[in-house]
Amino acid sequence: MIGRHRHLIGLEGLSREEILQVLDLATSMKEVLSRPVKKVPSLRGKTVVNLFFESSTRTRSSFEIAAKVLSADALNWTSTGSSVSKGETLLDTAKNLEAMRPDVLVVRHAASGAPNFLARHVGCAVVSAGDGAHEHPTQGLLDCFTLRERLGTLEGRTVVIVGDISHSRVARSDLHSMTKLGARVRLCGPPTMIPKGVEELGATVHHDLRGAVDGADAVVMLRIQHERIGDPLIPNTREYSKYWGLNARKAAEWLKPSAVILHPGPINRGVELSSDVADGPHSVILDQVQNGVAVRMAILYLLAGGAPEGARTEKV
Amino acid sequence: MSSALVGTLVIQGGRVIDPANGVDGIRTVVLRDGRVAEVGERVDAPRDARVIDAKGRWVTPGFVDLHVHLREPGQEYKETVQTGARAAAAGGFTAICAMPNTLPPNDNASVTELVLARAAAAGAARVYPIGCITRGRKGEDLAEYGELRAAGCVAVSDDGSPVGSSALMRRALEYARAFALPVAVHEEDLQLVGKGVMNEGAAATRLGLQGNPVQAEEVMVLRDIALADLTGGRLHICHISSAGSVRAVREAKRRGLAVTAEASPHHLSLSDGDLVASDYDTDFKMNPPLRSAADVRAVQEGLADGTIDAIATDHAPHAVEDKKVEFDAAANGILGLETAFPVVLDLCRRGVLTERRMVEALTAGACRCFGLPGGTLSPGAPADVAVLDPAREWVVDPHALYSRSRNTPWKGRRLAGRATHTIVGGRVVHEDGGAR
Repeated sequence: MIGRHRHLIGLEGLSREEILQVLDLATSMKEVLSRPVKKVPSLRGKTVVNLFFESSTRTRSSFEIAAKVLSADALNWTSTGSSVSKGETLLDTAKNLEAMRPDVLVVRHAASGAPNFLARHVGCAVVSAGDGAHEHPTQGLLDCFTLRERLGTLEGRTVVIVGDISHSRVARSDLHSMTKLGARVRLCGPPTMIPKGVEELGATVHHDLRGAVDGADAVVMLRIQHERIGDPLIPNTREYSKYWGLNARKAAEWLKPSAVILHPGPINRGVELSSDVADGPHSVILDQVQNGVAVRMAILYLLAGGAPEGARTEKV
Repeated sequence: MSSALVGTLVIQGGRVIDPANGVDGIRTVVLRDGRVAEVGERVDAPRDARVIDAKGRWVTPGFVDLHVHLREPGQEYKETVQTGARAAAAGGFTAICAMPNTLPPNDNASVTELVLARAAAAGAARVYPIGCITRGRKGEDLAEYGELRAAGCVAVSDDGSPVGSSALMRRALEYARAFALPVAVHEEDLQLVGKGVMNEGAAATRLGLQGNPVQAEEVMVLRDIALADLTGGRLHICHISSAGSVRAVREAKRRGLAVTAEASPHHLSLSDGDLVASDYDTDFKMNPPLRSAADVRAVQEGLADGTIDAIATDHAPHAVEDKKVEFDAAANGILGLETAFPVVLDLCRRGVLTERRMVEALTAGACRCFGLPGGTLSPGAPADVAVLDPAREWVVDPHALYSRSRNTPWKGRRLAGRATHTIVGGRVVHEDGGAR
């Protein structure tokens, strides 16, 4: 259980205390990862199924390692293409996997709300590994973890998220969690990439990168999709890079020396980030990857291990 | 319907609301030989008449729904003419217009005749078929309006599909004039909708669902009003959902154009905020999508001030397998016939709408859009009557509905208001004996 929740569907429904509970536990989990023998028996005899309907190497691997370090058995079930084209519905797939008695179902799906749907219909705990443009809760948590590690706290800090906010589940999970932890969040990108009404979620909107990052403590650079066929949001990546990408010169001139740069990966080098920035002093991108394992260990531990009998079944 | 078998039916003691005749008070209604014989304050029931005691109830012209999907032929697993007409009767509807997006589409007399034959066999609500605007609903060639009219179609529509070509839409409005057929339009600029599955705005941003902006409807409403002006054709805007569309229709009517509009109970009562609260419930997915609270208010105002002529349900049955999937993949549409009355009645309770205006929009207002008979209790009018208990509370159990499908966002909700008797051509086709 994470507080009163037996699933992790999103961060919008989590309280500040529940987020901090996960982050504090992840700190202990990170210590395990630094040991010579990276194995603890916490989830021995538990089964984690990674059900991925979208290709993802790093998130799936991160969940798999997290499960294995905790001694859980991990099974990867990958299905590309929509359930409709496959001929089996999402619910049938999930019900079949559930019949194999897993303790946690980790789901990634291109349709927003797919984890919410599964959580209503299966008996085991459901963890979202990203759904459509809705949420990517473990990414939001690992970003918060990384910022807490680097900045001490998010309280009063300014975080800028740059890129295609409209189609980004990372942006939404970061926004929900970071604002709950007291950060001010600015969103930046061309107007075509800013979804309607996003200010109502507690962010300010900027179109000029220089102004947006002024005084910021952290900048999250989102991955830009090269092609959105039939719905062009930008003329091309060349122009995007010129106005909304970060290179060493802009980073040196516009960012505070202490500012950190995050990226959920995989990076399009030369588009949203130049190589010298991605590998440079501001970058905490590889910390994010390591912290991702620790955060996912904490989530799996809480949802597969510590659920008391008769607990409330409310989802996040 | 044979009137020879229908005797005399007397409905006593009820509050008769007949907006077309300016009647609202306790009256007795006498139906004889399939027609309205008399409506009066002091009328003695003939000795051989069947008497319905309507004390505490409303007696109105039977409701008329301009927009129903009966799914037959082709998708009988969702609904049939029989189950749909029966569901209509249970909701107080005595006549429904059947949209042509069947398989095959109703673009020729044989499909129209099939629907009419099934309706006659069902013996529930009357069914008025709507023919296609374009052959196969493909948006390429005009359908044969003369043949469709002669077979019994009351309007043409490509519902579910907008007519993309302005030139073809112009010809449709012009050609339909020859047969006095209104052209009922589903307004949507498909490029602007893109992959949108719900109303564009803060609610869609929160859910991460792709947005469908109100402007996708409005640009087409404005285009077609301009074409109605050009052609003098009769334009009917289906399921109007946005404040901008309501403004455009209000302005068109002020200019004297032959434009009418309908609104659905769900666009009058639910917003995209309800979809957020439902946690991606696909029974809140329809097209046009549930709009913002401000749009809902504008549609309510448009109905109250007469800009919107009719309440039409857009009854769209879908089977569980069409709905119990990811939100993006789910079929558009919800049931409407059996919940329309209590849902709209709630607007009266909240002061949004007068009871008289509500009844008018469900009866005479609807009939005027397509030139249908009925909608009044004038002597000589068809004996199509609804007896309604506005106080009857019931919990919506999708399994207990007459429709073959269960896709209703009001499932589990306690609603107040139900038809107790539905009379078509003087014959009681639905009677609800449930305890109060």
